[in-house]
Amino acid sequence: MSLQHEDAGYLSRLEDQIRQLRDVAAQHGLDVEDEVRLLEDKAARLREESYHNLSAVERVQMARHPKRPFTLDYIDRAFTDFVELHGDRSFRNDDAIVCGWARIEGRSVMVMGHQKGRDMKENLRRNFGMPHPEGYRKSLRLMQQAEKFGHPIITLIDTPGAYPGLGAEERGQAEAIARNLREMARLRVPVIAVVIGEGGSGGALALGVADRVLMLENSVYSVISPEGCAAILWKTAGAKDKAAEALKLTATDLAALNVIDDIVPEPMGGAHTDWDATAGALRVALLRHLAELDAVSPDERRQQRWRKFEAMGEWVEA
Amino acid sequence: MSWFRKPKQKLSGGERRDLPSDVFDKCPRCGEILYRARLEQNMFVCPACAFHNRISAEEYIRLFIDDEYDEHSGDLRSGDPLDFVDLKPYPQRLEAAERKAGGGDAVRAVSGDLDGIPVCLAVMDFEFIGGSMGSVVGEKIARLARHSLAERRPLIIVSASGGARMMEGILSLMQMAKTSVALAQLHEAGIPYISVLTDPTTGGVTASYAMLGDVNIAEPEALIGFAGPRVIEQTIKQELPEGFQRSEFLLEHGMIDFIVDRRELKFEVARVLRHMLGLPAPVEQANGNGAA
Repeated sequence: MSLQHEDAGYLSRLEDQIRQLRDVAAQHGLDVEDEVRLLEDKAARLREESYHNLSAVERVQMARHPKRPFTLDYIDRAFTDFVELHGDRSFRNDDAIVCGWARIEGRSVMVMGHQKGRDMKENLRRNFGMPHPEGYRKSLRLMQQAEKFGHPIITLIDTPGAYPGLGAEERGQAEAIARNLREMARLRVPVIAVVIGEGGSGGALALGVADRVLMLENSVYSVISPEGCAAILWKTAGAKDKAAEALKLTATDLAALNVIDDIVPEPMGGAHTDWDATAGALRVALLRHLAELDAVSPDERRQQRWRKFEAMGEWVEA
Repeated sequence: MSWFRKPKQKLSGGERRDLPSDVFDKCPRCGEILYRARLEQNMFVCPACAFHNRISAEEYIRLFIDDEYDEHSGDLRSGDPLDFVDLKPYPQRLEAAERKAGGGDAVRAVSGDLDGIPVCLAVMDFEFIGGSMGSVVGEKIARLARHSLAERRPLIIVSASGGARMMEGILSLMQMAKTSVALAQLHEAGIPYISVLTDPTTGGVTASYAMLGDVNIAEPEALIGFAGPRVIEQTIKQELPEGFQRSEFLLEHGMIDFIVDRRELKFEVARVLRHMLGLPAPVEQANGNGAA
C-alpha cells in the first residue's frame, strides 16, 4: 500500500531507527527492549492512523488492489454448496459475471457478481470484470429464477464498468443495463447488493437496485472513474487525485449521501491482507440484513426499496 | 489518364455570400441556403436533404402538444450536494447554463393533449450542460411519471443527453435507478410509455429510461449509444465503421421499433397510442390501408 501522507516518510524513518537501535544493542549486548517497545507502539499507532486516513485516490488503489478478494473468493468463503449457472439463453455466456445458487447458513440464495481475473489469461476470459450485455441478461434471467422460487438475491459489485466495445453496442449494452434497473425494482424477494471493490458507473448499478446496498470499507462507487473525470473536466488525466476527492466515492462519503445503507469493515491494512476475515465480516453483515428484510412483507419491502431510490438526489424548490 | 482530366475549379473567396444570420440558415449537411421562416415551418428539417437540425425543448413541446399545456416542477433547481469544483465551481456552471438554456435544467416536464389524447411529456434539453442527468432531471422525470400513474395518462420522454452529470457524482448515477423505479410502476399499471430518441442520446440516459419504452422511436441519423464513440475508439484502438451507433444501425440491431421523420413524429406517436389505448383510428384513415 502506498502512503502519500507526510506521516509515511516519518513512519519509515521511525522503522529504520528501530532497526538501527536493535542492531547497535545486539552488537554491544545492551538491553533496549523497553525503548524499542515504546517506539514500536508509536509506529503501530501511526500505521493505523494512516490506514484510517487514506485519501480518496488511495482508496481507489485499494479497491483495485490485484490481491483483493474477488466475487468467487467470497463465494468460496462466505457461502457453501455453490452451483454455477451459465448463459443468457440468447447469445452466449459472459464470464465477466458469475451467477449461481449457493447457501448462506444453509439457506438457499441466488448469488452473482462481477468477476475479475488475477493474470492476463484469466483477465482475457473475464474481460477484466467488464460485462457485455449477455452478462447482464444472464444476471437478470437468474434473478427472475430466484423470484420464481422465492429465494433472496445477493449481488457482489466489482467492475471498472460495462464494456465499451463494438459488439456490446450492437447487442444493446444500454438496453441490457436499463432493463436490469427496471426489473430489479420489480422483484419481490429480498435483494442485497454489496460493492466489494470497484463500483464503476452504470455497469455496477445494473446489479445495484437493491433493498440494502452495502460497501466494503475500502471499496469505491462512482459515476465515472477519477481518470475519466479528470480527463473530461480538468482536461488532464494528471488531475485524477483531485477528481477522486471531488467525486465523493468512498464508503463513508456514500453513507453520508444516503446512497448506501451499511459499511462492512475490513481487517487492518485492507481486505487483501486477510481474505477469510473479510469474507467472515461480509457473511455476518449479509445474515443481519437478510434477517431484517425477512421481517418485512414482500409488498412493503418493495415499497421501501422504491421510496429509498425515489429520495436520492438533492434539489431545491426555487 | 490523369493528364487529360479537367482541373478542379476551386471556389474563389469572392463567391462567398454573407448572409444575415437571423434570416437565413445554411444546411450543415447539403449546404442549401434556407430561409429561416421556411425552415421553422418545416420543423427544422432541411427541405432539400431532410437533415434534422437539433431543436429546443420548447420546440418539441409545441410539436407534440395541441395547444395549451401545464408545466410541472418548473421551479426545481439543482443543489450542489458535493460542493463540486473542477476548473470552475458547479454553481457557476449552472448559472451559465441557465443563461444559455433557461431555468428548467436539462428537462422540461409538461402535460397537455396530443392529438386529443391527454399525455405527460418530458423533453430533454441538450443545451443545458449537454443534456446531462443530475438530481433535477431525475426528480422531474420521476414526478412526471408518478403524475402519469395517478392520472393514467401515457408518458412520452424525448431524450437528448450526453449522460450522467459528473458534478453530482454518485447522485447523478442514482437518477438512473430513480427513473427506472418510476417506470417499473407505470409498466405494472399498464400505462403506455413512448421513448423518443433524438441526436444525441448516450450514457446513463440511454442505459435507463431512453431504452425502456414500450415503443422506442428515433429520429433519422441520431447518435444513440451507451458509450460515446471516442471512448469506444480509445478502447478498441480502431476507427468505428460508418453509421455506427446511428438510428439506422440501432433499428437493424433490434434496439428501436422504428425511425420517423420529425414532420411525421406527432402523427406516428398518436397512432401508436391509439392502438395501445384502444381508441379508434383517426377518421380519415378508418377505411383506408393506412397510407398517410
